[in-house]
This record gives sequence, structure tokens and C-alpha cells, in this order.
Amino acid sequence: MSSVHLKNIVKRFGSFTAVHPTDLEIPEGHFVTLLGPSGCGKTTNLRMIAGLLDPTEGEILIGGRRVNEVPIHKRNLGIVFQNYALFPHKTVAQNVAFGLHYRDVPKSEIPGKVAAALELVQLPDVGERYPKALSGGQQQRIALARAIVTEPDVLLLDEPLSALDANLREDMRVELKRIQDKIGVTTVFVTHDQSEALAMSDKIVVMSAGRVEQMGTPEEVYNTPASEFVANFLGASNILDATCRDVSGGTAQLEAPLFGAFGVPAAKAGGVSPGPARMVLRAEKLLIQPPGTTAEGQVQAEARIETVDYQGQTVRYFLRVGDTQLQAINMIDERPFEEGAAVTAGFRPQDCAALPVEAPR
Amino acid sequence: MSVEAREARQPWILLSPALSAVALLLFVPLLFIVVYSFWLRTSTGADQVGFYLDNWQEALTDAFYRDILLNTLKIAGITTLVCAVMGYPSAYFIARSRGNKAMLLLLLMLPFWISYIIRTMSWINILGVSGALNSLLLSIGLIGEPIQMLYNEVTVILGLVHFLLPFMVLNIFVSLDGIDTTLEDAATSLGATRWQAFLQVTLPLSLPGLAAGGLLCFVLGAGTYITPLVLGGPTDAMFANLVFEAIITQLNWPLGSALSLMLLAVLAVLVGIYNRYLGMAQLMKGLG
Ligand SMILES: Nc1ncnc2c1ncn2[C@@H]1O[C@H](COP(=O)(O)OP(=O)(O)O)[C@@H](O)[C@H]1O
Ligand SMILES: [Mg+2]
Repeated sequence: MSSVHLKNIVKRFGSFTAVHPTDLEIPEGHFVTLLGPSGCGKTTNLRMIAGLLDPTEGEILIGGRRVNEVPIHKRNLGIVFQNYALFPHKTVAQNVAFGLHYRDVPKSEIPGKVAAALELVQLPDVGERYPKALSGGQQQRIALARAIVTEPDVLLLDEPLSALDANLREDMRVELKRIQDKIGVTTVFVTHDQSEALAMSDKIVVMSAGRVEQMGTPEEVYNTPASEFVANFLGASNILDATCRDVSGGTAQLEAPLFGAFGVPAAKAGGVSPGPARMVLRAEKLLIQPPGTTAEGQVQAEARIETVDYQGQTVRYFLRVGDTQLQAINMIDERPFEEGAAVTAGFRPQDCAALPVEAPR
Repeated sequence: MSVEAREARQPWILLSPALSAVALLLFVPLLFIVVYSFWLRTSTGADQVGFYLDNWQEALTDAFYRDILLNTLKIAGITTLVCAVMGYPSAYFIARSRGNKAMLLLLLMLPFWISYIIRTMSWINILGVSGALNSLLLSIGLIGEPIQMLYNEVTVILGLVHFLLPFMVLNIFVSLDGIDTTLEDAATSLGATRWQAFLQVTLPLSLPGLAAGGLLCFVLGAGTYITPLVLGGPTDAMFANLVFEAIITQLNWPLGSALSLMLLAVLAVLVGIYNRYLGMAQLMKGLG
């Protein structure tokens, strides 16, 4: 087990910069997720930690030791690849035992360790089979067993669940987290799926176009996004122009064209100063109510429902307030509102966050 | 007619032109050859129709034929080995190169645009007494007299390697190209060096391509008669030269037929062994 530190890492492919200067510290034993859309440089970062790519600039430290010059086979890592990368010509047991042959493990202890690893991933009886004879989810578990049987310092997972179908993915998510908790290995997990990231991580690193947008706990990145990108990428958000009147006494006073004036906790308005600002309101924090409802502590506006997207437990509304379209995701109480219905849309000011206006990129 | 019945018939309809061609142009002549091999050539030069085992007896018992057959298999074997050793790294390079794979494969196919005979003859201009290599060695003073480098077993093997190497490279390439490169990454991440990863993962997974390339090189090499004719000396005749000699020079069709069937049988056994262990599908992949 070791910490991982990417120190001012840059990666260029020719003239294309895949990773802009990045500084990332992953404490020992933590489960950290690199989250971002496809092509934002997640895999590139992971491959640099692994030693499958050389950083163009900067240092990589594992357990405080610079490893830039250490080849992959000496870094003592476990990697689970997106396509599992099981050796098709070896049995499951041979696959799992592979890494043990390159370590100082006495031959007589190998079968025991393989059996223990297969036990851990709850597939004790498939050792003699070939990978082809296993289902996708089983192959996934074997790949994990192979990666952890060597007791690596760091476990790297590159979108390990994305090839599984939805139900299995959720089961494996729980399973993976259970195993990681049990062995306590420092883990870097790559995904483009926000719900995976939110469910599993100690810390999430949200990336976009080769840059780190925000690093924080799942609650932090979800509730106080540091940029419009983060607000949009994690869940559905309404982002509106607003004006900040004043920041004092732990409150930022905002004024939005449709909703009027209200105060947002300063903790959720980092970097906002008087002048133009942006208000961020999560779709599930915007409550749709019968017209004329008044509720204590709510900021409200009259709205008309344009589209109803029924999702069973929840419903997603697109509604128009003035000339702005907003979206709201609400739990269904009895039955959803109908298209064209006049409603009152409201939110609690403390559920709103504010961001400074971003310079165009 | 039901959909199933139509689908069942369709392959046969589509195959029928090819099957007729194979039947007419390969199978029927082969039957003639079989029949011929039991005829007898009389001293007058006329073929005597009948069922005689004389040709077969001569072909199977004469040490002359046996030695040349063994020599043919030896030359084909060495050629195959050299092709494998030279072809594997090239195939690996092409399979692992980014982007310009198609270009490299095109370059590999380039020699096929020139007649095999011309390519074989070109060695005379390179290795002959007044060839390029001798001129070079003479001009830099390394030798005083031109040396005869042609017309021996080595030049025959050289010519065959020149001819067959692309087949080997292509077959190994097809195998290697189908191997997921992350398998090697996985192996190195587990502690294997790149060389160990190659030996443990890539090499075993590419063996089918190597075997297919090997079989092709061996069969084509063992059946050749132009290369030893152009680049070999008087003692370097290969088995197909004997067939050529018997049929074209001596007009002894019955003996030539028996000899050619003998070579066919030996190679068929090899193909049979290959098919038993690897299946013909792999060979087809490499050809296509
Ligand atoms: N070997 C490479 N050569 C050139 N560009 C590359 C290479 N590998 C990745 N890239 C580019 O770098 C960017 C980041 O890729 P990657 O790290 O794979 O993204 P992600 O894993 O987040 O989807 C992409 O735009 C990709 O096209
Ligand atoms: Mg990726």
C-alpha cells in the first residue's frame, strides 16, 4: 500500500496536449476516482501511473519514491483493464497465478494464494476453466483477483465496469468496494459514469479536456461544484445568470431575474464577489408545486410545464419560467403534473450554489 | 420453399462455379495422372495402357528418388525455418506499428507484382560472376578474382526464402494483429519483463499463424522446380525437377505421374497432421 502523487504532470502526444499541468495526491489506502467525459485524459493519467506511458513533464511518486524511471514490471501494481485482458490460453487459475511467478512466492504457496483470491471474488470453483467459458461479470472478477493476488501497492482500474450490463454493473460496484475496503489497497478508479464515482469514491477528481476541474469528496463535488462543467457533468443542473449584491456574514446575496433576491451560504459561493455571477440549481432541488403554493423559506416563480419525462420513481420536467427553460427532477407524489400545466417552481436558497462568471475558454 | 430450405441451398448455388472449376481443372486431371501412373512406357516411346506397378516400384525403391525426396524436404525445412526466424520480427513490427500498417502491408505485397521467375533470376545479377556483389568486392580490392557464389544449395535456399518470406510474414501478421495489445500490458503490470511477456503471452497466441505460415512455406518450397533450376547446381535438383525431367524432357508420363503423386502424398500427410492439430481455418485466415 502506498500513496500516489502526480507532481505537475504534463503529457503531450506530438503537438496535442492530453494532460495539462496536473497535480494530484492520492493518500494511502484511499479510493480515488478520475471522472470525466471520454477523451479528457483519464486513461492517459492512469497509464502514466502504471508506467505504460512516460509523462512529458513532471514527476510520479509512489509511496514517496520517484518512479519515472522505474519500468512497469517493477512498480508492483495491480491493473484491471476495461476489456479484462485475461490471457485466453491460460486457465483461470494460471491467469491468477501469473503475477505470483514473478515475485518471491514459494511455488508451494501459489495454489493457496490463488484459491484465496478466487474465494475473495466469490468464484472459488472456476480455476480449471478457460476465460472464454466465463460470463463477462465472472471475467471481471477474475481480472480483479489476478490484480490483487500479488498484494500490489496501488490498484488501477480503467472503466472496469463499463462492459457489463446495467444490473451487473451495480452489483459489481458494491462488490468492488467491499473488496477494496477489505484489502485496503490505494485505488485509482477511472470512469465516465458519475453514479459509479459518487457511490464508490473517497475522493472524486473531475476532469475535463486534460485538466482537473475539481477534487473533493462526492458530497463536495456534488453540492458545491467548482465550475459550470462540474455542475453539468454530475447530475442535471440549471445554471442561470445572476447578480451578486453583497457577500457578508456568511451569506452571498444574489439576485436572479426570475426569482428575485435571496441569500446563498458563502460556503456555496466560493470565489463570488459583487457583480455578475452564475447561480447553480440542481434539477432535484427545484420543486414543482401546484400553482399558488406558498412555502416558508422558498424562493419561487410561476412556471408552465413543457415536457414530462416519466421515469417511474421520479419524473423529470422541462418547464418555462419567463423566457428561460429549466429542468426539475422530482419524486412522484401521487401523480405527475401534466404537460402545459401552470405550476409554482421553488427552491430553498441554501440548496443553491453560486459561481463566478467564467472566462470563455 | 421455406426460408430455411432456401438458406440451406444458397451456399451450394454460390459455390457451384468454383466447385465446377475445381472439379474440371483439378480433380479430373488428377484422376488422369493417377491412371497414367499405372501405364507403362515402352522402349519404343509409346505408352502401353494397362495396370502395371513398374513405375511405382521404381519410384518407391530407387535410392536416387528417395535421396532427392529427402533432400527436397530438407531444403524446404531449412527454408521454412529461415523464413520463420526472419519473418517473425517483421510481422511483429508491422502488427505493432501505429497508423501506417496498410502501407507496410502494401510494401510486403510489392514483390508479388513482379514475376516470380524474374525475381529468381535477379539473383544472377547480384551474385553472378559479373554481378553486383562481385563488382563491389573487386572494386574495393577485397578479392582479386570474381568468385562463383551461385549454383549451390545455399543460393537455392536464398531464392526460396526470397520467394516465400512474404507468405510467412503475412500469416504471422494476421495472428499477431488479432492479439489484444493490452494482454502484454497486463503481463508486464503483473511483473513480467517485456521479453517474458512476449514469451508467455504473445508468442503462444501467435503460434497458429506461425504454423500456418510454416505449412505454406514448406509445401510451396517442397513443390518448387524453378528456383533449383535457375539458382541450383547440377546436384541441387529437387523432387519437382525430377517430375519435370520425366514428363517434359523424357516424355515419360507414366513415371512422371507416379513421382508427382508420391510428392503429393508426402505433402498431403503434412497437411493432414497440421489440420489435425490446428485446423484449416487458420490457414484460410492467413491467405485472405
Ligand atoms: N497514443 C496516443 N497518441 C495520440 N493521442 C492520444 C494517444 N492516447 C490518447 N490520445 C488522446 O489523448 C486524449 C485523452 O485520451 P484518454 O486518456 O484515452 O481519454 P479518456 O480515457 O479520458 O477517455 C484523447 O483526445 C486521445 O485521443
Ligand atoms: Mg479511457
